[in-house]
Amino acid sequence: MVTRTRSAGFHVTGLALAVLFLLPLLWTLYSSLNGPEAANGKQGFGVANYRRLIGYGNGLPTYLLNTALVAVIAVTVTVVTTTLAGYAMARLPFRGRNLLFIVTLAILMVPYTTILVPLYILLGWIGLQNSLVGLALVLAVLQMPFGLFMMRNSFTALPVELEEAALIDGCTVGGALRRVLLRGVLPGIVTVALFSFLAAWNEFVAPLIFLTDGSRFTLPLALFDLQSGSLGSVDYGALQAGVVTSALPCVAVFLVLQRYYVRGFTSGALKG
Amino acid sequence: MISLSSPTRSPAPASPAPTARRAPISRGRRRLGILYVAPMTLLVAVLFVIPLGLMVWMSFNHWPLLGASAPNGVTDYQALRDPLFIRAVWFTLKYTAVTTVVLGLIAFGLALLMHQDRRRIGTYRTVLFLPSAVGLASTSLLFYGLFNADGSPLNNLVRAIGLGHVDWLGSTGNALGSTVLMITWRFAGFYMLILMTGLQSIDPALYEAARIDGANRWQTMWRVTLPLLRPTIALTMVLSVTGSLLAFDQFFILTGGRHYTATVVIDIYREAFLSQDLGRAAAVSVATLVVLVIVNVVQMRLIRREGR
Repeated sequence: MVTRTRSAGFHVTGLALAVLFLLPLLWTLYSSLNGPEAANGKQGFGVANYRRLIGYGNGLPTYLLNTALVAVIAVTVTVVTTTLAGYAMARLPFRGRNLLFIVTLAILMVPYTTILVPLYILLGWIGLQNSLVGLALVLAVLQMPFGLFMMRNSFTALPVELEEAALIDGCTVGGALRRVLLRGVLPGIVTVALFSFLAAWNEFVAPLIFLTDGSRFTLPLALFDLQSGSLGSVDYGALQAGVVTSALPCVAVFLVLQRYYVRGFTSGALKG
Repeated sequence: MISLSSPTRSPAPASPAPTARRAPISRGRRRLGILYVAPMTLLVAVLFVIPLGLMVWMSFNHWPLLGASAPNGVTDYQALRDPLFIRAVWFTLKYTAVTTVVLGLIAFGLALLMHQDRRRIGTYRTVLFLPSAVGLASTSLLFYGLFNADGSPLNNLVRAIGLGHVDWLGSTGNALGSTVLMITWRFAGFYMLILMTGLQSIDPALYEAARIDGANRWQTMWRVTLPLLRPTIALTMVLSVTGSLLAFDQFFILTGGRHYTATVVIDIYREAFLSQDLGRAAAVSVATLVVLVIVNVVQMRLIRREGR
């Protein structure tokens, strides 16, 4: 009897908390689709907010494409470089290995917002100012400490025999990595890709500084423009539609891959 | 592997690389190692090490956003005596203290509540964590609507309980409180998850022993849970303090730094792109970086010592 009351108490508390945490998201979704702004002046549901959002500035498709491009490049560069480097760190001894590991982990100690100003100048020198590629490369570097740590640990956890067997069967080191080991570290790769994607898709301050041309804006930047550009009369309907558009891929990706997200925590990478 | 739905055990930490024992070390493998780390090394060197050096160099130069630069000694560091900067430092420290305490307590409460074996607990955890998947800029825009739109549930609620119209972002105090509210919503699940991994690493036998010794819940909390959770609590504090000291998105979007809610990073942004003085921005960046590295090193030391 006592346990049943306590269980009910827990579920009441849990439900209340769940509602509290879901409410802002649900309200945004609801009001982006409902009301006079959404339904062309009538009550009820409609997609007018999304229509106005699609037509805003250089057009939502441009912003989505830019954001996706940055995310894809950042994820690809992070995954490829940290997989190769993680393998080398775990299995191929070379001079300067520890130094490189320490320098890469130092990226965690140096808050990146403090080096954005010199990065802005440097990207200008190498012709990548106001460039989505330049932005994506910077975002990839920011993910490298986590990626390297994760991939090094993933390769270390694989039995050495696996690689030796492949080598005896006539694989080269590269072939063994590609054909045999990659499958073993796939969970690690998914984790690194997930963290990298969420960070790149949502990044705000780096594009704010690096991108000056409206046609290159990423989605968070375009939405900020929508909010701050029109002084006095913010189009809340379009803004809410924008928040939904920007949050939906992240929520979906997270729900599908949440066990990989949790893996990032428990692998001890945060304690690095 | 643990998951949000069944967090029962965490994997053993990976053992150190067995390379020294087994793998044949040939010159070829060494060369291959250098080849494999080359792409990452190149990117880290160009986009991290060089900018770091460049930042220090810039801080000793007159460096306008447009036009030629020239060395000017330590003149740029006068930015640290600017009243606007000093105000930003105080505001940032206040924000950091409030956020760390509020967020820490709420996340700890959630972790205790959600660290139980119950039916459907995984769903609750997922829901509480969901805001952490939304970007901080999107969150800020979402709450900008929640605070300012007339028909938002927040404003309806406030009106229903008879408080009339509340200007959520209209003064320093209001903006601070509203932002902490938003940050708590966004990060509570994230810190809850970290604290839960700490709770899981506590040996259940210790609770059993405390129960047999007749300890009540309160004593168990103070004598068993909290001491053993200290490294995890310290870790969440490092993350929260560092993150708050570098706060940018939330205030830049919610208030634009108005009502004296500019943070240190907003000050750097203003020096660089409104005053168009990159040298002064670099000087403030160098100072911020030095302080943060010291804070991080001290906190890491404390974690290590307390972790034993």
